[in-house]
Amino acid sequence: MKTYLDNAATTKVDSEVVKAMKPYFEEKYGNASSLHSFGSEAKKALEESRKKIADKINADPSEIIFVSSGTEADNLAITGIAKLKGKGHIITSKIEHPAVLETCKELEKNGFDVTYLNVDKDGFVKDFEKSIKSNTILVSIMHANNEIGTVQDIEKIGKICRSKNIIFHSDCVQSFTKEKIDVKKMSIDLASFSSHKIHGPKGIAALYIKEGIKLKKLMFGGHHEKSIRPGTENIPGIVGFAKAVQIANENDVERIKQMRDKLINGLLKIPDTRLNGDKEKRLCNNISISFRYVEGESMLLYLDEKGIAVSTGSACSSQSLEPSHVLISIGLPHEIAHGTIRYSLSKYTTEKEIEYTIKTTKEVIERLRRISPIKRR
Amino acid sequence: MYSEKLMERFRNPKFVGKIKYPDGVGEEGNMRCGDIMKLYIKVKDNKIMDAKFETFGCAAAIATSDALCELAIGKTLGEALKIKKEDIIKLLGGDVPKIKYHCSVLGVETLHKAIEDYKKKHKSF
Repeated sequence: MKTYLDNAATTKVDSEVVKAMKPYFEEKYGNASSLHSFGSEAKKALEESRKKIADKINADPSEIIFVSSGTEADNLAITGIAKLKGKGHIITSKIEHPAVLETCKELEKNGFDVTYLNVDKDGFVKDFEKSIKSNTILVSIMHANNEIGTVQDIEKIGKICRSKNIIFHSDCVQSFTKEKIDVKKMSIDLASFSSHKIHGPKGIAALYIKEGIKLKKLMFGGHHEKSIRPGTENIPGIVGFAKAVQIANENDVERIKQMRDKLINGLLKIPDTRLNGDKEKRLCNNISISFRYVEGESMLLYLDEKGIAVSTGSACSSQSLEPSHVLISIGLPHEIAHGTIRYSLSKYTTEKEIEYTIKTTKEVIERLRRISPIKRR
Repeated sequence: MYSEKLMERFRNPKFVGKIKYPDGVGEEGNMRCGDIMKLYIKVKDNKIMDAKFETFGCAAAIATSDALCELAIGKTLGEALKIKKEDIIKLLGGDVPKIKYHCSVLGVETLHKAIEDYKKKHKSF
Protein backbone atom coordinates (compact mmCIF):
# COMPACT_ATOMS: atom_id res chain seq x y z
CA MET A 1 0.00 0.00 0.00
CA LYS A 2 1.52 3.31 -1.09
CA THR A 3 1.62 5.38 2.10
CA TYR A 4 3.22 8.81 2.14
CA LEU A 5 4.19 9.77 5.68
CA ASP A 6 6.88 12.32 4.96
CA ASN A 7 4.72 15.44 4.94
CA ALA A 8 7.20 17.38 7.05
CA ALA A 9 9.55 17.09 4.06
CA THR A 10 6.96 18.15 1.52
CA THR A 11 3.30 17.63 0.71
CA LYS A 12 1.05 16.69 -2.14
CA VAL A 13 -0.36 19.78 -3.85
CA ASP A 14 -4.12 20.04 -3.29
CA SER A 15 -6.03 19.73 -6.59
CA GLU A 16 -7.93 22.91 -5.75
CA VAL A 17 -4.57 24.65 -5.52
CA VAL A 18 -3.55 23.34 -8.91
CA LYS A 19 -6.86 24.53 -10.33
CA ALA A 20 -6.40 28.00 -8.87
CA MET A 21 -2.89 28.26 -10.28
CA LYS A 22 -3.64 27.06 -13.80
CA PRO A 23 -5.00 30.28 -15.36
CA TYR A 24 -1.87 32.12 -14.26
CA PHE A 25 0.30 30.02 -16.55
CA GLU A 26 -1.61 30.13 -19.79
CA GLU A 27 -4.08 33.02 -19.63
CA LYS A 28 -3.24 35.52 -16.92
CA TYR A 29 0.51 35.33 -17.39
CA GLY A 30 1.25 39.03 -17.10
CA ASN A 31 4.06 40.62 -15.12
CA ALA A 32 2.59 42.26 -12.02
CA SER A 33 4.80 45.31 -12.64
CA SER A 34 3.37 45.97 -16.11
CA LEU A 35 0.85 48.77 -16.64
CA HIS A 36 -1.36 47.03 -19.18
CA SER A 37 -4.36 44.83 -18.42
CA PHE A 38 -2.26 41.66 -18.33
CA GLY A 39 -0.12 43.28 -15.69
CA SER A 40 -2.98 44.58 -13.59
CA GLU A 41 -4.64 41.18 -13.66
CA ALA A 42 -1.48 39.68 -12.22
CA LYS A 43 -1.10 42.53 -9.75
CA LYS A 44 -4.65 41.99 -8.53
CA ALA A 45 -3.99 38.27 -7.96
CA LEU A 46 -0.77 39.14 -6.17
CA GLU A 47 -2.42 41.55 -3.75
CA GLU A 48 -5.43 39.33 -3.08
CA SER A 49 -3.08 36.46 -2.28
CA ARG A 50 -1.01 38.66 -0.01
CA LYS A 51 -4.15 39.56 1.91
CA LYS A 52 -5.21 35.94 2.36
CA ILE A 53 -1.86 35.07 3.88
CA ALA A 54 -1.75 38.21 6.04
CA ASP A 55 -5.25 37.49 7.37
CA LYS A 56 -4.22 34.01 8.46
CA ILE A 57 -1.59 35.42 10.85
CA ASN A 58 -3.38 38.65 11.82
CA ALA A 59 -0.94 40.84 9.88
CA ASP A 60 -1.43 43.68 7.43
CA PRO A 61 -0.95 42.71 3.75
CA SER A 62 1.82 45.32 3.51
CA GLU A 63 3.78 43.26 6.03
CA ILE A 64 4.06 40.19 3.78
CA ILE A 65 6.99 39.78 1.37
CA PHE A 66 7.04 36.87 -1.07
CA VAL A 67 10.29 34.95 -1.46
CA SER A 68 11.28 31.66 -3.06
CA SER A 69 11.64 29.33 -0.08
CA GLY A 70 11.55 29.04 3.68
CA THR A 71 15.33 29.04 3.56
CA GLU A 72 15.35 32.37 1.73
CA ALA A 73 12.87 33.82 4.23
CA ASP A 74 15.13 32.79 7.12
CA ASN A 75 18.23 34.15 5.39
CA LEU A 76 16.56 37.45 4.57
CA ALA A 77 15.23 37.89 8.10
CA ILE A 78 18.40 37.05 9.99
CA THR A 79 21.08 38.37 7.65
CA GLY A 80 18.88 41.34 6.76
CA ILE A 81 18.70 42.46 10.38
CA ALA A 82 22.34 41.64 11.11
CA LYS A 83 23.59 43.61 8.11
CA LEU A 84 21.54 46.63 9.07
CA LYS A 85 22.79 46.57 12.67
CA GLY A 86 26.37 45.85 11.62
CA LYS A 87 27.38 44.10 14.83
CA GLY A 88 25.96 42.60 17.98
CA HIS A 89 24.68 39.47 19.64
CA ILE A 90 22.15 36.99 18.22
CA ILE A 91 20.28 34.29 20.14
CA THR A 92 19.00 31.15 18.48
CA SER A 93 18.62 27.51 19.52
CA LYS A 94 20.53 24.32 18.86
CA ILE A 95 17.52 22.65 17.24
CA GLU A 96 16.81 25.20 14.51
CA HIS A 97 16.52 24.22 10.87
CA PRO A 98 19.83 24.45 8.97
CA ALA A 99 18.44 27.52 7.17
CA VAL A 100 18.73 29.36 10.51
CA LEU A 101 21.73 27.56 12.00
CA GLU A 102 23.95 27.90 8.95
CA THR A 103 22.95 31.55 8.49
CA CYS A 104 23.96 32.24 12.10
CA LYS A 105 27.24 30.36 11.67
CA GLU A 106 27.98 32.50 8.64
CA LEU A 107 27.30 35.66 10.65
CA GLU A 108 29.63 34.39 13.38
CA LYS A 109 32.40 34.30 10.77
CA ASN A 110 31.60 37.94 10.09
CA GLY A 111 32.08 39.02 13.67
CA PHE A 112 28.63 38.53 15.18
CA ASP A 113 28.34 36.88 18.56
CA VAL A 114 25.82 34.02 18.53
CA THR A 115 24.33 32.06 21.43
CA TYR A 116 22.88 28.66 20.53
CA LEU A 117 20.45 27.85 23.32
CA ASN A 118 20.28 24.35 24.73
CA VAL A 119 16.96 22.56 24.87
CA ASP A 120 15.51 20.21 27.49
CA LYS A 121 14.70 16.54 26.91
CA ASP A 122 11.44 17.43 25.18
CA GLY A 123 12.99 20.10 22.97
CA PHE A 124 12.00 23.32 24.77
CA VAL A 125 14.62 26.08 24.80
CA LYS A 126 16.38 26.64 28.11
CA ASP A 127 17.87 29.72 29.78
CA PHE A 128 16.57 32.11 27.16
CA GLU A 129 16.27 35.17 29.40
CA LYS A 130 19.66 34.58 30.98
CA SER A 131 21.30 34.58 27.56
CA ILE A 132 20.13 38.10 26.66
CA LYS A 133 22.98 40.62 26.62
CA SER A 134 22.99 44.39 26.41
CA ASN A 135 23.98 44.14 22.74
CA THR A 136 21.48 41.43 21.71
CA ILE A 137 20.02 42.57 18.39
CA LEU A 138 18.03 39.55 17.30
CA VAL A 139 16.40 36.39 18.60
CA SER A 140 15.47 33.60 16.17
CA ILE A 141 13.55 30.68 17.65
CA MET A 142 11.46 28.29 15.60
CA HIS A 143 7.78 27.82 16.37
CA ALA A 144 7.64 24.05 15.88
CA ASN A 145 10.50 21.69 15.34
CA ASN A 146 10.62 19.82 12.06
CA GLU A 147 12.11 16.64 13.48
CA ILE A 148 10.49 16.09 16.86
CA GLY A 149 7.40 18.30 16.49
CA THR A 150 7.79 20.20 19.76
CA VAL A 151 5.91 23.51 19.71
CA GLN A 152 7.76 26.28 21.58
CA ASP A 153 6.05 28.93 23.65
CA ILE A 154 6.98 31.66 21.21
CA GLU A 155 4.45 34.05 22.69
CA LYS A 156 6.44 34.09 25.92
CA ILE A 157 9.72 34.56 24.03
CA GLY A 158 8.14 37.25 21.86
CA LYS A 159 6.90 39.19 24.87
CA ILE A 160 10.30 39.15 26.54
CA CYS A 161 11.92 40.36 23.31
CA ARG A 162 9.35 43.11 22.88
CA SER A 163 9.87 44.33 26.45
CA LYS A 164 13.59 44.55 25.86
CA ASN A 165 13.33 46.01 22.37
CA ILE A 166 14.99 43.04 20.73
CA ILE A 167 13.84 41.96 17.28
CA PHE A 168 12.20 38.53 17.30
CA HIS A 169 12.17 36.21 14.30
CA SER A 170 10.43 32.85 14.23
CA ASP A 171 10.70 30.12 11.63
CA CYS A 172 7.05 29.05 11.38
CA VAL A 173 7.49 26.80 8.36
CA GLN A 174 6.34 23.62 10.11
CA SER A 175 3.63 25.16 12.27
CA PHE A 176 1.88 27.30 9.67
CA THR A 177 -1.83 26.38 9.39
CA LYS A 178 -1.29 23.64 12.00
CA GLU A 179 -0.84 25.89 15.04
CA LYS A 180 -2.59 29.21 15.55
CA ILE A 181 -0.30 32.08 14.66
CA ASP A 182 -1.18 35.63 15.61
CA VAL A 183 1.83 37.85 15.04
CA LYS A 184 0.39 40.62 17.17
CA LYS A 185 -0.56 38.49 20.15
CA MET A 186 2.73 36.61 19.94
CA SER A 187 4.83 39.79 19.56
CA ILE A 188 6.58 38.49 16.46
CA ASP A 189 8.62 40.90 14.32
CA LEU A 190 9.63 38.52 11.55
CA ALA A 191 8.26 35.12 10.61
CA SER A 192 9.00 32.62 7.83
CA PHE A 193 6.29 30.59 6.07
CA SER A 194 6.50 28.13 3.22
CA SER A 195 3.93 26.93 0.72
CA HIS A 196 5.01 23.37 -0.07
CA LYS A 197 4.56 22.17 3.52
CA ILE A 198 0.86 23.01 3.41
CA HIS A 199 -0.23 21.42 0.12
CA GLY A 200 0.85 24.40 -1.93
CA PRO A 201 3.45 24.45 -4.71
CA LYS A 202 7.21 24.43 -4.17
CA GLY A 203 9.33 27.50 -4.89
CA ILE A 204 7.22 30.01 -3.02
CA ALA A 205 7.32 31.24 0.57
CA ALA A 206 6.72 34.39 2.58
CA LEU A 207 8.41 36.52 5.17
CA TYR A 208 6.32 38.56 7.57
CA ILE A 209 8.06 41.84 8.41
CA LYS A 210 6.30 43.87 11.07
CA GLU A 211 5.54 47.45 10.07
CA GLY A 212 8.48 49.62 11.11
CA ILE A 213 11.08 46.84 11.18
CA LYS A 214 13.89 47.68 8.81
CA LEU A 215 16.30 45.23 7.27
CA LYS A 216 18.95 45.18 4.54
CA LYS A 217 18.04 43.38 1.37
CA LEU A 218 20.21 40.53 0.14
CA MET A 219 19.48 40.80 -3.57
CA PHE A 220 19.57 43.82 -5.84
CA GLY A 221 17.30 44.61 -8.74
CA GLY A 222 13.89 46.12 -9.42
CA HIS A 223 11.27 47.54 -7.08
CA HIS A 224 9.31 44.35 -6.48
CA GLU A 225 8.13 43.48 -2.99
CA LYS A 226 8.77 46.93 -1.53
CA SER A 227 12.31 46.79 -2.99
CA ILE A 228 13.18 44.30 -0.27
CA ARG A 229 13.09 41.32 -2.57
CA PRO A 230 13.55 42.13 -6.25
CA GLY A 231 12.62 39.67 -8.98
CA THR A 232 9.42 39.22 -10.98
CA GLU A 233 6.77 37.80 -8.67
CA ASN A 234 5.95 34.12 -9.07
CA ILE A 235 2.23 34.73 -9.56
CA PRO A 236 1.09 31.12 -10.12
CA GLY A 237 3.07 30.09 -7.06
CA ILE A 238 1.74 32.95 -4.97
CA VAL A 239 -1.86 32.24 -6.00
CA GLY A 240 -1.36 28.57 -5.18
CA PHE A 241 0.21 29.39 -1.81
CA ALA A 242 -2.71 31.65 -0.90
CA LYS A 243 -5.22 29.02 -1.98
CA ALA A 244 -3.50 26.42 0.20
CA VAL A 245 -3.69 28.79 3.16
CA GLN A 246 -7.35 29.44 2.47
CA ILE A 247 -8.22 25.75 2.30
CA ALA A 248 -6.39 24.79 5.50
CA ASN A 249 -8.78 24.32 8.38
CA GLU A 250 -9.04 23.24 11.99
CA ASN A 251 -11.15 20.19 11.22
CA ASP A 252 -8.28 18.71 9.27
CA VAL A 253 -5.90 19.51 12.11
CA GLU A 254 -8.15 17.68 14.60
CA ARG A 255 -8.54 14.67 12.35
CA ILE A 256 -4.79 14.46 11.70
CA LYS A 257 -4.16 14.71 15.43
CA GLN A 258 -6.42 11.73 16.10
CA MET A 259 -4.66 9.64 13.49
CA ARG A 260 -1.32 10.76 14.88
CA ASP A 261 -2.26 9.54 18.35
CA LYS A 262 -3.50 6.26 16.98
CA LEU A 263 -0.20 5.75 15.18
CA ILE A 264 1.83 6.76 18.25
CA ASN A 265 -0.08 4.31 20.45
CA GLY A 266 0.31 1.52 17.94
CA LEU A 267 4.03 2.08 17.48
CA LEU A 268 4.77 2.39 21.18
CA LYS A 269 3.39 -1.12 21.67
CA ILE A 270 6.55 -2.37 19.95
CA PRO A 271 9.02 -3.14 22.78
CA ASP A 272 11.96 -0.81 23.42
CA THR A 273 10.63 2.26 21.64
CA ARG A 274 10.35 5.87 22.75
CA LEU A 275 8.51 8.91 21.50
CA ASN A 276 10.71 11.98 21.03
CA GLY A 277 9.44 15.50 21.62
CA ASP A 278 6.71 16.72 23.91
CA LYS A 279 3.54 14.64 24.14
CA GLU A 280 1.11 17.56 24.44
CA LYS A 281 2.73 20.59 22.81
CA ARG A 282 3.36 18.76 19.59
CA LEU A 283 2.60 19.36 15.92
CA CYS A 284 -0.61 17.64 14.87
CA ASN A 285 1.16 15.62 12.20
CA ASN A 286 4.54 14.74 13.72
CA ILE A 287 5.70 11.45 15.18
CA SER A 288 9.34 10.90 16.03
CA ILE A 289 10.05 7.47 17.42
CA SER A 290 13.29 5.74 18.34
CA PHE A 291 13.46 1.99 18.01
CA ARG A 292 16.31 0.42 19.94
CA TYR A 293 18.76 -2.08 18.43
CA VAL A 294 18.03 -1.10 14.84
CA GLU A 295 19.35 1.56 12.49
CA GLY A 296 17.19 4.19 10.83
CA GLU A 297 18.31 3.98 7.23
CA SER A 298 17.70 0.25 7.10
CA MET A 299 14.27 0.80 8.62
CA LEU A 300 13.48 3.53 6.12
CA LEU A 301 14.46 1.37 3.17
CA TYR A 302 12.59 -1.71 4.42
CA LEU A 303 9.50 0.46 4.97
CA ASP A 304 9.96 1.95 1.51
CA GLU A 305 9.99 -1.55 0.08
CA LYS A 306 6.49 -1.90 1.55
CA GLY A 307 5.40 1.43 0.07
CA ILE A 308 5.74 3.53 3.24
CA ALA A 309 7.71 6.78 2.91
CA VAL A 310 9.24 8.19 6.12
CA SER A 311 12.45 9.93 7.11
CA THR A 312 15.21 9.20 9.62
CA GLY A 313 17.52 11.03 11.98
CA SER A 314 20.17 8.41 11.47
CA ALA A 315 23.69 9.40 10.54
CA CYS A 316 23.74 6.92 7.72
CA SER A 317 21.25 8.94 5.75
CA SER A 318 23.26 12.13 6.13
CA GLN A 319 26.41 13.24 4.40
CA SER A 320 28.19 13.95 7.68
CA LEU A 321 27.70 10.49 9.24
CA GLU A 322 26.60 12.36 12.35
CA PRO A 323 23.10 11.72 13.61
CA SER A 324 20.55 14.53 13.68
CA HIS A 325 21.62 17.59 15.69
CA VAL A 326 18.10 17.84 17.09
CA LEU A 327 18.09 14.32 18.50
CA ILE A 328 21.53 14.80 20.02
CA SER A 329 20.41 18.14 21.50
CA ILE A 330 17.50 16.53 23.36
CA GLY A 331 20.03 14.17 24.91
CA LEU A 332 19.53 10.98 22.96
CA PRO A 333 22.60 8.74 22.99
CA HIS A 334 24.03 8.14 19.53
CA GLU A 335 22.77 4.58 19.23
CA ILE A 336 19.18 5.66 19.94
CA ALA A 337 19.41 8.67 17.64
CA HIS A 338 20.55 6.29 14.89
CA GLY A 339 17.37 4.27 15.29
CA THR A 340 14.96 7.17 14.93
CA ILE A 341 12.16 7.44 12.38
CA ARG A 342 9.94 10.42 11.67
CA TYR A 343 6.43 9.77 10.43
CA SER A 344 4.62 12.93 9.35
CA LEU A 345 0.96 12.82 8.41
CA SER A 346 -1.29 15.01 6.29
CA LYS A 347 -4.97 15.50 5.61
CA TYR A 348 -4.66 12.82 2.95
CA THR A 349 -3.54 10.19 5.45
CA THR A 350 -6.21 7.52 6.00
CA GLU A 351 -7.09 5.25 8.94
CA LYS A 352 -6.24 2.29 6.72
CA GLU A 353 -2.77 3.67 6.09
CA ILE A 354 -2.26 4.12 9.83
CA GLU A 355 -3.19 0.50 10.50
CA TYR A 356 -0.97 -0.68 7.65
CA THR A 357 1.92 1.41 8.95
CA ILE A 358 1.65 0.01 12.48
CA LYS A 359 1.56 -3.56 11.20
CA THR A 360 4.37 -3.07 8.71
CA THR A 361 6.63 -1.20 11.13
CA LYS A 362 6.24 -4.06 13.60
CA GLU A 363 7.33 -6.56 10.95
CA VAL A 364 10.26 -4.45 9.79
CA ILE A 365 11.52 -3.93 13.33
CA GLU A 366 11.30 -7.63 14.08
CA ARG A 367 13.16 -8.43 10.88
CA LEU A 368 15.94 -5.94 11.61
CA ARG A 369 16.22 -6.90 15.25
CA ARG A 370 16.82 -10.47 14.12
CA ILE A 371 19.76 -9.22 12.04
CA SER A 372 21.09 -6.96 14.79
CA PRO A 373 23.94 -8.14 17.07
CA ILE A 374 22.65 -5.83 19.79
CA LYS A 375 19.81 -7.46 21.62
CA ARG A 376 17.59 -6.92 24.60
CA ARG A 377 19.29 -8.01 27.74
CA MET B 1 21.70 6.13 -4.09
CA TYR B 2 22.35 2.38 -4.00
CA SER B 3 22.85 -0.07 -6.85
CA GLU B 4 20.22 -2.74 -7.49
CA LYS B 5 22.76 -5.45 -6.55
CA LEU B 6 23.40 -3.85 -3.18
CA MET B 7 19.69 -3.38 -2.54
CA GLU B 8 18.96 -7.00 -3.46
CA ARG B 9 21.50 -8.19 -0.89
CA PHE B 10 20.16 -5.76 1.69
CA ARG B 11 16.61 -7.00 1.13
CA ASN B 12 17.45 -10.69 1.02
CA PRO B 13 20.70 -11.34 2.84
CA LYS B 14 21.67 -15.00 2.63
CA PHE B 15 24.07 -15.27 5.54
CA VAL B 16 22.22 -13.68 8.44
CA GLY B 17 22.39 -15.44 11.77
CA LYS B 18 24.65 -17.12 14.28
CA ILE B 19 26.73 -20.26 14.11
CA LYS B 20 25.99 -22.38 17.17
CA TYR B 21 29.54 -23.53 17.87
CA PRO B 22 31.71 -21.07 15.95
CA ASP B 23 35.44 -21.54 15.63
CA GLY B 24 35.99 -17.80 15.51
CA VAL B 25 33.96 -14.68 16.27
CA GLY B 26 34.81 -11.11 15.34
CA GLU B 27 33.04 -7.89 16.25
CA GLU B 28 33.89 -4.47 14.93
CA GLY B 29 32.40 -0.98 14.68
CA ASN B 30 30.88 1.33 17.25
CA MET B 31 27.55 2.73 18.24
CA ARG B 32 28.63 6.29 17.67
CA CYS B 33 29.01 5.73 13.96
CA GLY B 34 25.96 3.50 13.90
CA ASP B 35 27.61 0.40 12.43
CA ILE B 36 28.33 -2.80 14.34
CA MET B 37 29.12 -6.07 12.64
CA LYS B 38 29.49 -9.44 14.28
CA LEU B 39 30.87 -12.35 12.25
CA TYR B 40 30.87 -16.06 13.12
CA ILE B 41 33.09 -18.49 11.22
CA LYS B 42 33.40 -22.25 11.07
CA VAL B 43 36.87 -23.46 10.10
CA LYS B 44 38.01 -26.90 8.99
CA ASP B 45 41.44 -27.85 7.65
CA ASN B 46 42.44 -24.19 7.59
CA LYS B 47 39.45 -23.40 5.38
CA ILE B 48 36.40 -21.25 6.15
CA MET B 49 33.52 -23.69 5.79
CA ASP B 50 30.74 -21.39 6.90
CA ALA B 51 30.21 -17.75 7.85
CA LYS B 52 27.24 -15.92 9.31
CA PHE B 53 26.72 -12.35 10.41
CA GLU B 54 24.67 -10.06 12.61
CA THR B 55 24.80 -6.36 11.78
CA PHE B 56 23.40 -3.16 13.19
CA GLY B 57 23.71 -0.58 10.46
CA CYS B 58 22.55 0.93 7.22
CA ALA B 59 21.74 -0.83 3.96
CA ALA B 60 25.39 -0.67 2.88
CA ALA B 61 26.56 -2.23 6.15
CA ILE B 62 24.09 -5.12 5.89
CA ALA B 63 24.81 -5.74 2.21
CA THR B 64 28.56 -5.56 2.90
CA SER B 65 28.27 -8.12 5.69
CA ASP B 66 26.43 -10.50 3.40
CA ALA B 67 28.88 -10.05 0.53
CA LEU B 68 31.79 -10.60 2.90
CA CYS B 69 30.37 -13.96 4.05
CA GLU B 70 29.97 -15.06 0.45
CA LEU B 71 33.57 -14.09 -0.33
CA ALA B 72 34.98 -15.75 2.78
CA ILE B 73 33.25 -19.12 2.53
CA GLY B 74 35.45 -21.70 0.81
CA LYS B 75 38.66 -19.70 1.17
CA THR B 76 41.69 -20.75 3.21
CA LEU B 77 42.48 -18.44 6.10
CA GLY B 78 45.41 -17.04 4.15
CA GLU B 79 43.23 -16.30 1.16
CA ALA B 80 40.49 -14.82 3.33
CA LEU B 81 42.95 -12.42 4.92
CA LYS B 82 43.65 -11.07 1.45
CA ILE B 83 40.03 -10.03 0.84
CA LYS B 84 40.05 -6.28 0.24
CA LYS B 85 37.29 -3.70 0.52
CA GLU B 86 37.43 -3.42 -3.27
CA ASP B 87 36.46 -7.09 -3.59
CA ILE B 88 33.36 -6.46 -1.50
CA ILE B 89 32.45 -3.35 -3.44
CA LYS B 90 32.87 -5.28 -6.68
CA LEU B 91 30.48 -7.98 -5.50
CA LEU B 92 27.98 -5.26 -4.59
CA GLY B 93 27.88 -4.03 -8.16
CA GLY B 94 30.90 -1.74 -8.07
CA ASP B 95 29.30 1.55 -7.17
CA VAL B 96 28.93 1.86 -3.42
CA PRO B 97 28.52 5.56 -2.50
CA LYS B 98 31.87 7.03 -1.38
CA ILE B 99 30.47 7.96 1.99
CA LYS B 100 29.69 4.27 2.56
CA TYR B 101 33.19 2.93 1.83
CA HIS B 102 33.84 2.65 5.54
CA CYS B 103 31.19 -0.10 5.66
CA SER B 104 33.33 -2.29 3.40
CA VAL B 105 36.37 -1.51 5.54
CA LEU B 106 34.30 -2.58 8.54
CA GLY B 107 33.60 -5.90 6.80
CA VAL B 108 37.29 -6.58 6.18
CA GLU B 109 38.23 -5.66 9.74
CA THR B 110 35.55 -7.87 11.24
CA LEU B 111 36.76 -10.82 9.20
CA HIS B 112 40.33 -10.21 10.38
CA LYS B 113 39.12 -10.19 13.97
CA ALA B 114 37.21 -13.44 13.52
CA ILE B 115 40.28 -15.13 12.02
CA GLU B 116 42.45 -13.75 14.81
CA ASP B 117 39.97 -15.13 17.33
CA TYR B 118 40.11 -18.51 15.65
CA LYS B 119 43.91 -18.53 15.67
CA LYS B 120 44.03 -17.57 19.33
CA LYS B 121 41.67 -20.38 20.27
CA HIS B 122 43.46 -22.93 18.13
CA LYS B 123 47.10 -22.13 18.88
CA SER B 124 47.91 -25.70 19.78
CA PHE B 125 47.15 -26.88 16.29
